[in-house]
Amino acid sequence: MSVKKFVVGIFTDEQVLFPAVKRVRSAGYKIHDVYTPMPIHGLDDALGLRQTSLHTAGFIYGITGTTTALSCIGWIFNSDWPQNFGGKSHFDLPAWIPITFELTVLFSAVGMVLTFCYLCQIAPFVRKHHFNLRATDDQFTMVIECTEKSNEAEIAAFLGSVGAVGINTQIAETGWWLGRYDTELPPLGQKELV
Amino acid sequence: MSLYAYESQARPALTTEEVKDYHQITEDIVRPIEASPSRLWWIGFLVSVVCLTIGVISVYTQVVYGVGQWNLNRTVGWGWDITNFVWWVGIGHAGTLISAILLLFRQGWRTGVNRAAEAMTIFAVMCAGQFPIWHMGRVWMAFFVMPYPNTRGALWPNFNSPLLWDVFAISTYFTVSLLFWYSGLIPDLATVRDRAKLKWRKLMYGVLSFGWSGSTKHWQRHEALSLVLAGLSTPLVLSVHTIVSFDFATSVIPGWHTTIFPPYFVAGAIFSGFAMVQTLLLVTRKVLKLEDYITLEHIEVMNKVIVLTGSIVGVAYLTELFIAWYGQNKFESWAFFQNRANIFSPLGWSYYIMMGCNVLSPQIFWFRKMRRNITVTFFMSIIVNVGMWFERFVIIVTSIYRDYLPSSWSTYYRPTVWEVGFYIGTFGLFFTCYFLFSKFFPVIAIHEIRHILKKSGDVYKEKMGEAEKETVDEFAHEYAHAH
Repeated sequence: MSVKKFVVGIFTDEQVLFPAVKRVRSAGYKIHDVYTPMPIHGLDDALGLRQTSLHTAGFIYGITGTTTALSCIGWIFNSDWPQNFGGKSHFDLPAWIPITFELTVLFSAVGMVLTFCYLCQIAPFVRKHHFNLRATDDQFTMVIECTEKSNEAEIAAFLGSVGAVGINTQIAETGWWLGRYDTELPPLGQKELV
Repeated sequence: MSLYAYESQARPALTTEEVKDYHQITEDIVRPIEASPSRLWWIGFLVSVVCLTIGVISVYTQVVYGVGQWNLNRTVGWGWDITNFVWWVGIGHAGTLISAILLLFRQGWRTGVNRAAEAMTIFAVMCAGQFPIWHMGRVWMAFFVMPYPNTRGALWPNFNSPLLWDVFAISTYFTVSLLFWYSGLIPDLATVRDRAKLKWRKLMYGVLSFGWSGSTKHWQRHEALSLVLAGLSTPLVLSVHTIVSFDFATSVIPGWHTTIFPPYFVAGAIFSGFAMVQTLLLVTRKVLKLEDYITLEHIEVMNKVIVLTGSIVGVAYLTELFIAWYGQNKFESWAFFQNRANIFSPLGWSYYIMMGCNVLSPQIFWFRKMRRNITVTFFMSIIVNVGMWFERFVIIVTSIYRDYLPSSWSTYYRPTVWEVGFYIGTFGLFFTCYFLFSKFFPVIAIHEIRHILKKSGDVYKEKMGEAEKETVDEFAHEYAHAH
């Protein structure tokens, strides 16, 4: 949890946003994040983000489910309580396939969703600072982090030159905190530039 | 230009020319949530609650007096209860099919209907689950089906039994569908949260949207999550009705132990599920004024799925009949030619209702005009679900009501008022949930519609053509220079 200063640029068209992201990055400014109302394919590459490993996590959860099912049923039927079902084998693998499959899917899905929530730091009663309320509606919001050396006016002018339609500075909390959305935030500071 | 690269000009637009920009999409879909409910909504909701109350009373008396208040008898040990269970589970298949399988097949039209269909899936599975649970009789011991170390002499359930597979299949299906549905809802709930003016709405949607911000990294993970959940749900949705069919297929009852059951049940499930999606969405799009998002194209495509799966089911019926004759097994042929296909047998009529509703009537959808006719579609969606209910009734009851012992044939099975009340109650549960959903949640996936707007929206398709032409010209220009 830390409070930082940001310059916020608002875009209304993803066709403008893409080249803007490239130019802002090549000019050496540090993009904190870009908030969009829907997934935009290729924006993660343009921002230089690495691919997510969520799939790998899902695979690991899945095989955990497979081994849980097989080892539990195997132990129950062979060691804990070996019952005779009409003379069938105690190690009746084909009959275990359905439950093994279901547990594989269940572990994988539940594990992935929990991991997703953990990685994105989202949960009920989590509150974050939102730079632009229309970022979940129709606007694309580029947030540039200010350092001690940065010149806000220069960043704002640059954002204007690459097509931002609204520019402001905000002092904001970068992390999350426990809170509700119906309470007012203490004003940390916001200034309209354009 | 690269944004347009995937779209075919031959495909019809997925939103009408009325849908012009992202903000309008938000407005149109969030409007019903922010407006106070109409009188129609209240009437529907109250009727649903009354039905639900009937169900609660029926279940209450059943718990007090026991399963004996149902008309189950020898040899009909499974009657309306399991028929209704299979019927509801079947309906619960369309949602995940639309959201998962069509996602993997890159079918853009799923975006208009997936949210409501997934919600329908969850509610239908909730209804389905009621029947086996209350059928247990001593319902307070329902947890005995779960395997856990216990003090009852280490009594474990039988993992070789299809009935236990069902417990795992249905609970997994419910959980995964719920996670899939809700993870898709989070960004849309954040949209509602950020527009909210009222305090309670800010609080409620703030909690429900988990603090979603729309960060690029989060979207990247969200896309990965959706894709993998779709990949997991695809075999899952096929496995669930397969396992339900194992309840019958692994038995030795003539009429039940057929190897055709798994694919036949899955096709039937998709068939009835799509019919229920049609029933709900035709009303929803009209009442919530969402005709620009759930267009005639969507309805037509779903009718194509209905005629396809209906025909698959028809082929399965005929295959069963053929094998009953070709197999030359006396008991099998009795079950099919005396208990079912013989219209003069006590329950023979139900077989012909099934054939008429499921096989003959959907053939009307070979005609484009009929596929695009809303009245016909609505009427057919009801007919199909009546037919699919009778399919389960035929499979379950006609296979067991006249068995090997003719002295037990005299007991003609008909449901008691409590069995009917319980069934009505599940309708109440289903529609109560659906009405609440349509009031408090976005019934269309807002972010997915935004995502396809500039590729497949009617306003943008034309521009896309220009863009494609431009790049070809540029390409030719460069090519000429290179030589």
